[in-house]
Amino acid sequence: MKTLMIIINWINAAVLAGTPLLLATNGEILTEKSGNLNLGVEGQMYMGAVTGLAAAWLTERWFGVGGIIPLIAAVVFAFLMGCISGLIYSVLTVTLRANQNVTGLTLAIFGTGFGQFFGEVLSNEAGGYVTVGAETKHVFGNINFGSLTEIPVIGTLFFRYNWLVYFAIIVAVILGWFLNKTRKGLSLRAVGESPATADSAGINVTRYKYIATTIGGGLCGLAGMYMSMVNQKGIWVTNCVSGYGWLAIALVIFSTWSPLRAIYSSIIFGGLSVMYMRVPIPGMPMAIYMMFPYIATILVLILTSIRQIKEHAQPASTGLNYYREER
Amino acid sequence: MTDQKINNVNVQEQPKTPCPPAQDLLPQVKEPLVRMTKRGIITTKQRVIVYVVGFILALVVGALMLLAIGKNPFFAYRDMVVGSFGTAIASAETIRIAVPLLIASVAVGFAFKMKFWNIGAEGQILAGATLCSYIVVHSINNKNYISGVPLHLIMIVLAMIGGALFGFLPAFFKTKWGTNETLFTLMLNYIAIQYVIYLQSLRTWQDPMSTYPKIIDFAVFTKGSVELPRMFGVHIGWIFALIIAVIAYFYLTRTKHGYEISVVGDSLNTARYAGMNTRWIQIRTLLISGALCGFAGYLQVAGANHTLTETTAGGVGFTAITVAWLAKLNPFVMIPIAIFIAMLQKGSLFIQSTMRIPAAAADLLTGLILFFMLGSEFFIEYKLVFRSKRNVPHLEQKEVTA
Repeated sequence: MKTLMIIINWINAAVLAGTPLLLATNGEILTEKSGNLNLGVEGQMYMGAVTGLAAAWLTERWFGVGGIIPLIAAVVFAFLMGCISGLIYSVLTVTLRANQNVTGLTLAIFGTGFGQFFGEVLSNEAGGYVTVGAETKHVFGNINFGSLTEIPVIGTLFFRYNWLVYFAIIVAVILGWFLNKTRKGLSLRAVGESPATADSAGINVTRYKYIATTIGGGLCGLAGMYMSMVNQKGIWVTNCVSGYGWLAIALVIFSTWSPLRAIYSSIIFGGLSVMYMRVPIPGMPMAIYMMFPYIATILVLILTSIRQIKEHAQPASTGLNYYREER
Repeated sequence: MTDQKINNVNVQEQPKTPCPPAQDLLPQVKEPLVRMTKRGIITTKQRVIVYVVGFILALVVGALMLLAIGKNPFFAYRDMVVGSFGTAIASAETIRIAVPLLIASVAVGFAFKMKFWNIGAEGQILAGATLCSYIVVHSINNKNYISGVPLHLIMIVLAMIGGALFGFLPAFFKTKWGTNETLFTLMLNYIAIQYVIYLQSLRTWQDPMSTYPKIIDFAVFTKGSVELPRMFGVHIGWIFALIIAVIAYFYLTRTKHGYEISVVGDSLNTARYAGMNTRWIQIRTLLISGALCGFAGYLQVAGANHTLTETTAGGVGFTAITVAWLAKLNPFVMIPIAIFIAMLQKGSLFIQSTMRIPAAAADLLTGLILFFMLGSEFFIEYKLVFRSKRNVPHLEQKEVTA
């Protein structure tokens, strides 16, 4: 019974820790489906994290309200900042035809600097460290499902989460439906697989790449906001994203570019990253625990590369820019 | 559609007599306001102008961000220069930052030239630093049985093995099964960092005096034996860094190996067709790249820090990517650029204390500069043609038919 409780609680923690990964993974799947390999997710998450926190904190300070209004401000501005980062990437790679790898890495460096720069500015402004009020913390906490929460096992497994957990899963389902069941989704996949073919078929390649990368960036921004508002409970912590952005890029490969498979793969990785708190192994040093998600990522990368399945491969044009005149 | 084609179409249509006016026959292509064409040749002067404009724009955007937080950008930029090269001590510190940066840039430059996206310089530096610290700690725990030059030689060898191993792993799997090397090298960074944190918790490595887990100061416990000598106020690592940059330049441009690297980078299939052993070329280059990073790790341990911490690499691996790319992978050009980026970093530490501007300003500015440089490349390859009367096909047509 005790073991079962440990496992149930571990799954609960895994879902909570996996939610930002799920949001960022979905953002990156959307981006890569348009043929853009954006390596800047880590930076985009930092930008979203600091913007979300700043929006919530400033809303509280200027309007003197806590709760739902700062929450809306945090979500909207984190999403917009993510969109802006995606837009920067699109302008550079789609319009100005810069190398996708380098642009993504630059975005990672820039975004991390952006987050830490404005995070510290915010902390100085607040005189020490930034923290949002109790009311705002509460709306980012677990939803009150009343007696449903108390049901043994099921209560812990399904009803002890904040709203972003359910939101992320809904986003994944919608994205899966959009990519596989709609005409626009089909066009987007065509752009990612073979932009020249899509162009011949009259699909506006540039527009699809821009929109997909921008919205994908927005989702990464939301994932970053989760790190600062939920994981750190509305307090600015310098390295709050701590490699989750890179894990998300690896998760895209692990979930083989499918938003639905991303749901369980992000829970698995969330579980690995909180294992040190939930599953004590005697004599195992903490630092070795912390390596688990990264070692698992490497193993996943190797295994998926060994057994390559054609339907599960990355969109064929990912990482390559499209030059219309060189068709 | 080019003007030439339109002319041809029109000439063929002409003989048919019951024919609407010529321009109605033309496809009504609305010319966009701006279109781009490939430049033929670009003069060095034009090239320099494009880069300078890009650089200035990056500084302007950086200035706007400083203005947004209520700081005077002119003072900030001035203080950055003063803080990095104003005094002899500051200059020495700036060069000290530039040393590992330059070596790591050369190292990732090798890999990038092959389009092998090694972003694990950070982990390779740490792996080198960690492995060479083993012998130091072992020696300290056994009454300093090795010291002086032998100690340094063993440290260098171990550091290069450590870095090379972290370069070899991703190269092996990439060449065998096409495993994604970007993420592989990146994950090794985090593993290396966690490993150093693990070492900090070991009793044999810990500083007994410290209140928090921290690895002993090698300089104190080896009685200075681990310290590299100084020249002009900086540990002699800077001489090694310059030598490495020069050798790397000749290696890349004047040797068979260098030629193979650029062929593999330009087209893997061409390299295969020419009978090159592409797998070995990639593995070999990554071994060199990793070993160089490992050597930079050794310099950090023996020259700069005299201990091992999880920040021994301190973001150098990432910044090196920027330096390598800004220098267009040319090791000579990397020298001034590494110094410039080191100047940004030292300068931002200075403005943190004088103007309370967060030190992350360095990363922000580095990112901005690279963004604008990446954007500038476009204006070197292409030129923009704006819609004007001269370019409108219809009007040109009239002149021909008249």
